[in-house]
Amino acid sequence: MDKFTKLTGIAAPMPLVNIDTDMIIPKQFLKTIARTGLGKNLFDEMRYTQDGAEIPGFVLNQPAYRKAEILVAGDNFGCGSSREHAPWALLDFGIRAVISTSYADIFYNNCFKNGILPIVLPADQVAILMDDAKKGANARVTIDLESQTVTTSDGQSFPFEVDSHRKHCLLNGLDDIGLTLEKASAIDSFEKKAATLRPWV
Amino acid sequence: MPAPRTLYDKIWDDHVADQAADGTCLLYIDRHLVHEVTSPQAFEGLRMTGRKVRAPEKTIAVPDHNVPTTLDRANAATMTEDSRIQVEALDKNARDFGVNYYPVSDVRQGIVHIVGPEQGWTLPGMTVVCGDSHTATHGAFGALAHGIGTSEVEHVLATQTLIQKKSKNMKVEITGSLRPGVTAKDITLSVIGATGTAGGTGYVIEYCGQAIRELSMEGRMTVCNMAIEGGARAGIIAPDEKTFAYCLGRPHAPKGAQWEAAVAYWKTLYTDEGAHFDKVLTLKAEDIAPVVTWGTSPEDVLPITGVVPSPSQFEPGKAEAVQRSLDYMGLTPGQKLTDIAIDTVFIGSCTNGRIEDLRAAAAVLKGKKIKAGMRAMVVPGSGLVRAQAEEEGLAQIFLDAGFEWRLAGCSMCLAMNPDQLSPGERCAATSNRNFEGRQGRGGRTHLLSPAMAAAAAITGHLTDIRQMMPEHA
Ligand code: SF4
Repeated sequence: MDKFTKLTGIAAPMPLVNIDTDMIIPKQFLKTIARTGLGKNLFDEMRYTQDGAEIPGFVLNQPAYRKAEILVAGDNFGCGSSREHAPWALLDFGIRAVISTSYADIFYNNCFKNGILPIVLPADQVAILMDDAKKGANARVTIDLESQTVTTSDGQSFPFEVDSHRKHCLLNGLDDIGLTLEKASAIDSFEKKAATLRPWV
Repeated sequence: MPAPRTLYDKIWDDHVADQAADGTCLLYIDRHLVHEVTSPQAFEGLRMTGRKVRAPEKTIAVPDHNVPTTLDRANAATMTEDSRIQVEALDKNARDFGVNYYPVSDVRQGIVHIVGPEQGWTLPGMTVVCGDSHTATHGAFGALAHGIGTSEVEHVLATQTLIQKKSKNMKVEITGSLRPGVTAKDITLSVIGATGTAGGTGYVIEYCGQAIRELSMEGRMTVCNMAIEGGARAGIIAPDEKTFAYCLGRPHAPKGAQWEAAVAYWKTLYTDEGAHFDKVLTLKAEDIAPVVTWGTSPEDVLPITGVVPSPSQFEPGKAEAVQRSLDYMGLTPGQKLTDIAIDTVFIGSCTNGRIEDLRAAAAVLKGKKIKAGMRAMVVPGSGLVRAQAEEEGLAQIFLDAGFEWRLAGCSMCLAMNPDQLSPGERCAATSNRNFEGRQGRGGRTHLLSPAMAAAAAITGHLTDIRQMMPEHA
């Protein structure tokens, strides 16, 4: 997993609420057995016509946002299925952070496992960032994970919350499984205890 | 005296294997269900790091999302190349890592959330996870069950634990009894209509109240199945005699003295008097009508007697989404829901693909024909549900009415297999998601109960099931 420390990049505005994982990556692209290569199909049905031509009005097709690294999105981003293909597709396109008022639970978790930072801010601050994002490619937003701040192109700074364990893993690009395996003895003793308390499991 | 705890608190406490200073826990996982779409990258990760599956005996795999449900599916050519690769990858991974496996050719194969309970893998008080959001279904047994992403699938395979922070407690109480024609599906859709798709975010919902107690296990599974559509991490229902009766004698349920010990433990699994809930929603069962969805979010729910709403009735933000929904769905504000003509009916999925669902639909269809030109299919949730429906004569009722009678799988719930809607086609579906393109690009989905789906198949438009019940006929 790539580290996430500080990012200054183009933010694409997607004010729609309830953007679900079927919109982020439609199911016909879930038939892969790899993690990479999904970026070209990110938001496929909003981004391309049925015969594969780009829909010019869609934000990521506009010249200003083709290299976006941040999404500013409406409420409840990433709702729907548990597919990790959604963050894989975002990452493969180049998105490293999302800013919204709220996320669906599983999607939120999945982001951290893939080096994407999902930031929660209050509605009024998301609105300011949404307006900033609408200014196009010259308006670069800065996200500093160490200091937990988002800064607009004109220098307004907003603090955000992030779980300390997740922050640590993201800053250092750490793999959860490796960390958990260091606690194997705790798991062993739990299993022994459970085998006497609930032997039918 | 210890502080009163909720059902969720109790199961949580019994599964914490380790707790870090910041409250992050390692939660031990009793059952890990696996399907072909969200697992290949996880098994690949194990291979790349030389890791093994820690508890293969607690891991259960079944292909369901991609598999064709036509009768000729034993012929590999019925699968597209990429689907076949995914199913073959699961075959190989299940063999290589030695986990429990129900291949396509096994009569016990079916949708993972139907197979788990059916085989007795899912039991009260367990922690159950699967790389699939509808894992919430298993909460009907008083198990803590939720969906996880593929990285977490790999984590559970390797460690049999999950890194978790505890969610908050939410209580959804349904008081009183349901009126005739109203089902578990109407309860769960009405709850989402009331809370919105993000209303449960950050919570584990415990469903309780007389109407929930009165539901069968099948109905309770339908209710918990859609907890995720309300944004909740999990839905859960305290186990009772009905739960124990359902589990008794299942292949992987405990037997003899172990059964007695298990039931004694299961009887402690309820929310203590005075336990704290962070959020409470109460609905009166009598107020719940048969409902349908009109939009492209499961929160877009209305009683079947309603009319298509106008974007102006909603807050800014949601209003745009409603306008987009109406354009996509091809509906006009003010249109009566019962005037919406449909051309496809899908009965199945992990929400409503169990035997009781098929019985409810068959009761409406008995001796009737579906509307000319209607495409209608029943996809049983498992091979065993299919076999039982054949034994009970339900299959013949569906066939006589003009339905296709399919083999088990997810099918048109998410249209990863060849069962798909074409652009503009409109489907009455018993599944759980009405997102844009969910059942095929440009396809339009109305979610409803199995009885309502059967009624729509007969009339050719969304129909109030109460109008078709004996006292009206
Ligand atoms: S039936 Fe539908 S919702 Fe259920 S597991 Fe299959 S695809 Fe998912």
